[in-house]
Amino acid sequence: MPLRYNVTVMDNNYALYKTMLLIRRFEERLLVEFSAGNLVGTTHVYIGEEADAAGIFSVSDPNDVVFSNHRCHGHFLAYGGEPYRLAAELMGKSTGLVGGRGGSQHIQWRNFYSNGIQGGIVPVATGMALAEKTRQTGKVTLAFIGDGTLGEGVLYESLNMAALWKLPILIVLEDNRYAQTTPVEKGVAGLMSGRFSAFGIPVWERDTTDVLEVCAIAKEAFHYVRSGVGPGVLILHTYRFSAHSKGDDSRLPEELTRIRTFDPLILHKPRVTAEECSNAEAEVLTIVEDAFKRAEADPYPGLSVKE
Amino acid sequence: MSIVLESLNSALHRVMENDASVYVLGEDILDPYGGAFKVTRGLSTKFPGRVLTTPISEAAIIGVANGMALRGLRPVAEIMFGDFLTLSADQLVNHAAKFRWMYNNNVHVPLVVRTPMGGRRGYGPTHSQSLEKMFLGTPGMKVVAPNTLGNPGQLLEEAISDEDPVLFVEHKLLYTCRLLESGKGDLIDYEYEQSGQTYPNYVLRYPDRIPQLTIATYGYNFELARPVILNLLMEYEIFAEIVLFSQLSPFDLDLLFDSLQRTRRLMTIEEGTLANGWGAEVVARAVEAINRLWVRRVAALDFPVANSRALEDAILPSQKSIMEAALALVKK
Repeated sequence: MPLRYNVTVMDNNYALYKTMLLIRRFEERLLVEFSAGNLVGTTHVYIGEEADAAGIFSVSDPNDVVFSNHRCHGHFLAYGGEPYRLAAELMGKSTGLVGGRGGSQHIQWRNFYSNGIQGGIVPVATGMALAEKTRQTGKVTLAFIGDGTLGEGVLYESLNMAALWKLPILIVLEDNRYAQTTPVEKGVAGLMSGRFSAFGIPVWERDTTDVLEVCAIAKEAFHYVRSGVGPGVLILHTYRFSAHSKGDDSRLPEELTRIRTFDPLILHKPRVTAEECSNAEAEVLTIVEDAFKRAEADPYPGLSVKE
Repeated sequence: MSIVLESLNSALHRVMENDASVYVLGEDILDPYGGAFKVTRGLSTKFPGRVLTTPISEAAIIGVANGMALRGLRPVAEIMFGDFLTLSADQLVNHAAKFRWMYNNNVHVPLVVRTPMGGRRGYGPTHSQSLEKMFLGTPGMKVVAPNTLGNPGQLLEEAISDEDPVLFVEHKLLYTCRLLESGKGDLIDYEYEQSGQTYPNYVLRYPDRIPQLTIATYGYNFELARPVILNLLMEYEIFAEIVLFSQLSPFDLDLLFDSLQRTRRLMTIEEGTLANGWGAEVVARAVEAINRLWVRRVAALDFPVANSRALEDAILPSQKSIMEAALALVKK
């Protein structure tokens, strides 16, 4: 019987640990496949930032709408997406989430969307929130941005509209302190939070890679936005352990070593038993192995000229 | 007898009445002003929740419309002047046009972007352009332009019911032009044939005459082409036929190729500049499809559209420049 991965949306320590571990092992496997020459193109792995995705999606509603960005795998897996379908998409197979047409940055499944244009997703997510509001679905729309996205003008156009029209959009800003190779000191003037409060949008902000702290603060932000009062922003300062994509990491070894102390898995591990830990490791290994094995065996798509 | 503006406005009223998922958004479109060119007049009064006045944010206007389209609404976004489309280009090209195909047909983007293009009103270089050529050939997006031969309101209704994004390009001077009526007025000597698509193309010809020249054009340029073919007939006894396009992109040129089999002479007319224009693509495809063609494109000269009337007239195609091009082509 084929292995099927299910995320139970439970705010408990084991589930959170397993979600973060799944993301970590999946992304690590991805880098291995690239190094081995089995995958071509590029990808943007989520290693180090797992607490954000695991925490946020443990408190969101399964029907909420999500618009993610180029660094979307962690969001997708925490959202409940199937690792096998993602692996197949990354390998360009016809069984991939979008038939091999999108690849790493451009995926769509249920209410989950992603695109690869910095800032471009935010007005789209704003419009989605408008639709959900007019149709009275009660859904919150999430838009994931980074510190680098703060450079894009259309972000501010969207914030203005979201605030004017009191839209149920929660913007999650994952500040991993680098936009590709550009540190925030060189890319972001003034305060990050100031940009949102300028439009009267409330900000929840935390510098943490502790998944329980992420859960707590995300819960507050969701509660506010779901109440229908207006948009909200969640700023999470985190760390990116790997390169931006492939080969674009100019950080010194000392820094890379230092930030490893903020590993969300290490921080959360004391909250699960040793047995739970090895169970999780074994299960996740099976899931990831199975996903890539099945994907490897699948066929490539053909091009239908008709559409 | 209806004018183009009335046709478009009443179509919007009709569509919004019949379909609660249709929303209109744009700058300054609320009543009593009703929009810079009045195409949206009356809508905000009749449908108060579904007409959104926006800040001056062309990129976000289209982005928000994209999101609305993805989640079950049918947005009709207005960009006040077509010159401002460059601000929305990312949302058109990298989002609206791509979502359906790159998401493997999981989604649809039933977006319409309406925008006035064109000069001849002395609005100057950044308010007079015909920039539609920048968006031709974008996979996943249609470009459509109304004219006085077809029914502009009906064309707009088709665009609104299209499940894929449509860029609807309205020439400013067309708004006050009267719709033509079969067998009357300007059309009294012609017969015309319509191709059966959603966004129809037409061939206009003199019955029982052998044409020597095919003129391909769209939008307001049709208003310039008609007196030219009349003049060609009266002064030079040259019969020309006009192939008039409502759908600019994707390029569906069968009607044109039929005409070219007879005439072997193709002249295109557009108001945008020559390089990489609509005409360039039409000519390329025609030459690939049909042997021994003589071709000529008429377009604006390589300058921004000047403000002064004297300069504007010299830069943009005129009946005179079209006539000269036609004669040169026929003499080949």
